Amino acid sequence: MAPGAASARDTDWDGVRLHVVTGKGGTGKTTVASALALALAGEGRRVLLAEVEGRQGISQTFDVAPLASVEARIAHAAQGGEVFGLSVDAKAALLEYLHMYYKLGRAGGLLEKFGAIDFATTIAPGVRDVLLIGKVYEAVRRRKEHRAKGPGAAPAYDAVVLDAPPTGRVARFLNVNHEVADLARVGPIRSQADSITAMLRSPQTVVHVVTLLEEMPVQETVDAIAELRAVGMPVGGVVVNQVRATILAPKALKTAARSAISRKDVAAALTRVKVRATDAIVDGLLAEARDHAERVALEHDAAMVIEDLRRPIYRLPSLSDGVDANGIRELAEALVAQGMA
Amino acid sequence: MAPVLDIDALLDDPQTRIIVCCGAGGVGKTTVAAALGLRAAESGRQVVVLTIDPARRLAQSLGLTTLDNTPRPVQGIDDGHGGSLDAMMLDMKRTFDEVVMAHAAPDKAEQILANPFYQAVSSSFAGTQEYMAMEKLGQLRLEADRDPDNPRWDLIVVDTPPSRSALDFLDAPKRLGSFLDGRFIRLLVAPARVGGRAYLKVFSAGVNIVTTTMTKVLGGQMLTDVQTFVAALDTMFGGFRQRADHTYALLSDSTTKFIVVAAPERDALREASYFVDRLDDEGMPLAGLVVNRVYRVSAPGLSAARALSAAEELDEDENGSSSGVPAGVSDSTAITQGLLRLHAVQAEIAGRHQSLARRFIAGHPGIPTVEVPAAAQDIHDMVGLRAVGEALAGS
Repeated sequence: MAPGAASARDTDWDGVRLHVVTGKGGTGKTTVASALALALAGEGRRVLLAEVEGRQGISQTFDVAPLASVEARIAHAAQGGEVFGLSVDAKAALLEYLHMYYKLGRAGGLLEKFGAIDFATTIAPGVRDVLLIGKVYEAVRRRKEHRAKGPGAAPAYDAVVLDAPPTGRVARFLNVNHEVADLARVGPIRSQADSITAMLRSPQTVVHVVTLLEEMPVQETVDAIAELRAVGMPVGGVVVNQVRATILAPKALKTAARSAISRKDVAAALTRVKVRATDAIVDGLLAEARDHAERVALEHDAAMVIEDLRRPIYRLPSLSDGVDANGIRELAEALVAQGMA
Repeated sequence: MAPVLDIDALLDDPQTRIIVCCGAGGVGKTTVAAALGLRAAESGRQVVVLTIDPARRLAQSLGLTTLDNTPRPVQGIDDGHGGSLDAMMLDMKRTFDEVVMAHAAPDKAEQILANPFYQAVSSSFAGTQEYMAMEKLGQLRLEADRDPDNPRWDLIVVDTPPSRSALDFLDAPKRLGSFLDGRFIRLLVAPARVGGRAYLKVFSAGVNIVTTTMTKVLGGQMLTDVQTFVAALDTMFGGFRQRADHTYALLSDSTTKFIVVAAPERDALREASYFVDRLDDEGMPLAGLVVNRVYRVSAPGLSAARALSAAEELDEDENGSSSGVPAGVSDSTAITQGLLRLHAVQAEIAGRHQSLARRFIAGHPGIPTVEVPAAAQDIHDMVGLRAVGEALAGS
């Protein structure tokens, strides 16, 4: 075990090296991936946080310079822990791959000159995905630079967090190596694809799904989990993001849902504290309460569907000031407290 | 003050033939596309909506239960103005197959469809969706125009794939062009066609290294598959490219309008900026921006701060009169306090949405904008879509 990797705490995902984070667009998947990376980096660990869609969501979340295809430290965590960021670029990954496995010197340049690299990374659809996951695979397996290189050397990263494509595409994205394996029945690509697929399906990998307590994201979560299972990917936890506090007491909620709050009583109470109880204000407040009650009921239904998935559930609060670097730390602490990291 | 995006003027203008909705995932793009289509149809236009990957219940509300790549009439619309609404979901594999069958000779087509490389590319890889969405758009437009006196559709509303690469279709013709004219394609095609050695004499020694490397990296069998695929495609490249150029021209035509959809969140607005800039770079006709799901309070006359302080005063007021008995707050006071606290939270959210939207608008002066208020529930029926349409039109 790597120095500093030993932990006194048990987490729900001990032994996992690759955390893949997906979710419907707009659910805050990048935010959750960032918080998870920070949480995992506690107790002096080294964690890599990688994005694959070139959106620069990570650098914007941590408020650092745009990430390049070279790993850079983006945050410090407790007890000397570090988070590194990487925006995986298909072209850089391909050149690096060719260099690493085939020791291509001049040929690499020639491939580029002949348009083979562009063909592979942009025109031939799908090869991109293989390259992107391939780079993540390499980072997971990488060992620390050591005089005595080999299986004995410690891993370069204690964990890798992948900010993956959204739920609609994630199963296809992660399964792409399997499909390439069908395509390349023998040969070096086949064996590379096989090793990647083996790692993705091993207990070293989990795929977490981020959702909101809303109908569509929950439905996509259910669908994505079914799709991930169908392609043999290990499903991790469900992260319920932006959980809002229920402001009205249960009794008030019930009354509001029935539209049975007394206008007269509310108007009287408002007048007591010198709020002008105009019709517009009283009716407006009652309408807000009814909408709120409706939403709480929908959230309750959504929460039941998530419970039924029988996966570990983590809840993250809605940050009132939006998400910034400090907000991420707050969310990371919540994940640690709930045992996700 | 930003100009207002006049949706009804856009929908009623017979010169508007295509509307493309783009934006980040999760902002309600498909809902906006469907609502635009419905509103246009109910005001008398012959509309088809092309969706890419709609949420299940929204799809059901449009009568889309199967992915069969064929536009089908949507039930339950008000056709009092003589309009009609069809909808379809994109089946990318079938669309790709149709392109092959339309452009290659029958024996070649069969060869391509059976090629393992083609099968993987056409059915399961990211990127294909964007190309095929645009291909389908071209097809729909051709079909719409088949009989100019009696067009099947006079408006096509397109929803784009849920990713940043949604704008990759803008690059497709250029990419395809540089690829087809490039040396690499000749390199790939040549050995399969004339035999490697004869070819090598003509070209530089570099070719040798490249083919050797490719064989080493891909393996002989896969390289052969790729070569067969490219060689078979070669016969239809002309048509393929012509179509890509045609679609690009169609997109940049003044009868096409792009609508960028965003939600009042930092990330979604950042993506919207990217889309706006990108469309501008390409000279694509941008109609405006829809800021979807903007939260609004029902009692705007009461500020968040005033609501909070009133809630606290109610506490003191009650404690003062009941001399600190724990259960002393009456139901109606407790409920009013709850309403005030709730209002304070909601008013803050609404304020944040407003300032985010305002900042975006200030950063992109001159872009017509419309805000759509957040609905309490998810939208998955005609009534909901109609309400979104009304909000889009500002009524």
